Amino acid sequence: MQQAPQAQDAEAVHLPHAPENVAIWCQNLAFRYREVEVFADVSFHVHRGEFVALTGKNGAGKSTLLKLIVGLLEPARGQVLVFGAPPRRRIESIGYVPQHAGFDATFPIRVEEVVGMGRLSGLSRVAKHQKREDVEWALRQAEVYDLRERPFSALSGGQRRRVLVARALVGHPKLLVLDEPTANMDADSEKKFYDVLARFKGSTTVLIATHDSDFVSALADTVLCVGQGVDQPHSVHRHAIEQAVNAPEDIYGGKVVRVRHDIELPDNACCEGKD
Amino acid sequence: MSGFLQALANPSIPFVRNALIGSVLAAFLFGILGSLVTVRRIAGLAGAISHTVLGGVGLALFLASRGAPKWVSPMLGALVFAILAALLISIVSLKAKQREDTVINALWAIGMSLGVVFLAKTPGYVDPMSYLFGNILLVTEQDLFLLAVLDLVVLLLVGRYYRHIEAASFDEEFAATKGVPVTALYLVLLLVIAIAIVLLQTFVGIVMVIAMLTLPAGTAGYFSRNLAGMMVNATLLSLAFSVGGLVVSWHFDLPAGAVIVLLSGAVFIALSARNHGKRGRL
Repeated sequence: MQQAPQAQDAEAVHLPHAPENVAIWCQNLAFRYREVEVFADVSFHVHRGEFVALTGKNGAGKSTLLKLIVGLLEPARGQVLVFGAPPRRRIESIGYVPQHAGFDATFPIRVEEVVGMGRLSGLSRVAKHQKREDVEWALRQAEVYDLRERPFSALSGGQRRRVLVARALVGHPKLLVLDEPTANMDADSEKKFYDVLARFKGSTTVLIATHDSDFVSALADTVLCVGQGVDQPHSVHRHAIEQAVNAPEDIYGGKVVRVRHDIELPDNACCEGKD
Repeated sequence: MSGFLQALANPSIPFVRNALIGSVLAAFLFGILGSLVTVRRIAGLAGAISHTVLGGVGLALFLASRGAPKWVSPMLGALVFAILAALLISIVSLKAKQREDTVINALWAIGMSLGVVFLAKTPGYVDPMSYLFGNILLVTEQDLFLLAVLDLVVLLLVGRYYRHIEAASFDEEFAATKGVPVTALYLVLLLVIAIAIVLLQTFVGIVMVIAMLTLPAGTAGYFSRNLAGMMVNATLLSLAFSVGGLVVSWHFDLPAGAVIVLLSGAVFIALSARNHGKRGRL
């Protein structure tokens, strides 16, 4: 029983931050889906303005981790803080791009209406003029302004993902969370997609789950890997990255870096020079 | 048509005028709720709720025949069963999604069977057909008043929370990350649908309620650009089908409910075939 507080104290010594000074603070996080334990004791943090790639095999728990961070799931134990508060109290700071599930193609809705959803906050009203400006800005940022009048169902896969990014951007989020946004995308669309994200590097904290665990976009400052234990729940570790050689850009849709899954970094590896 | 207009103007047969007013009031519910039923793909769910209503009606009539107090009316029985069915389905839908389909079909069958058994055990002859197809010419002024109140409630709710309803219907997960109470919206939607079904089935019948919650909205879905447009178009279509059906049924002396359903169904199928043909050519 005494070990848990000791572990927390040890963590506090290693990290020179107060939780409110970092974008994402996960501490001793535990989560289970019914009888299946997904995370037992996961701790990591992400600095403001950092671009983080979250890798891991299918079923490793990437989406679950993202849902815990955006507040769609509640941890069984431990803490997730976004800018120092539980995610549900940071609704307006978080922009979420869910995994591209099969949207109903018969749902009558236009692109600008999809993007407008990003301005919602609880059941409160949104001032119309404010919304108009934000929607236009987000449509331009995601390079889908010309598509604004089109039915969402008439777009290509790559265009739809960029519309969903515009929807996440419309509230000017400080944290952008994207769940495998480039899965099944051709290299051209992928490049265009990362070009859009590149504009926000540094100013917005970005956490992006990717399906390719060997190479990630060169935009990434940090790689977190959700590992799959054989008999134990999943862990989250910080892995090293290095310059990728022999990774043709036309396959990966832009510059990439190689993830060194064999080199695990301590959780405070990113903290030097940061408050 | 002129015969219908004369009947409409004739003060000694107010039921024709009431039927017309009822059609107008029902059109708002069919258009707005029908659009939500269609985009959320819960037509099966609405079907189950409406068929359990027969169980409630049967139970109330049975109890009344056994000397239950006067307030145990068919409408109360229908309301209790409809709300219970809506709550049961929503609990299953929220807690064990994979069982939803089974529960919907089970309630559908059990509700109807209960109704048939209770009606069989109720002294005197009660025709289940009158509950399945109703009779729009039997609409009372009290029915009209209740419908008008429900119309007002639905219009106010949809007007105020349209964006939230649209977001929760299109992408529930994303809406939840924006703090939209998606579960509460879903429950309110089911309850309003349950109440609407009860009010509507008293004079249009169970089969027609389901037809009118799906066919006009389904038809409108083929040419509407957004959910609001679909609601408006579906309302106008419901109105056209109901009034058109009334006129035709009056003229040819046919059951109004069935004619309205057939008219709606014919337009829906024709438009589906046209759209399918178009897509095939492309």
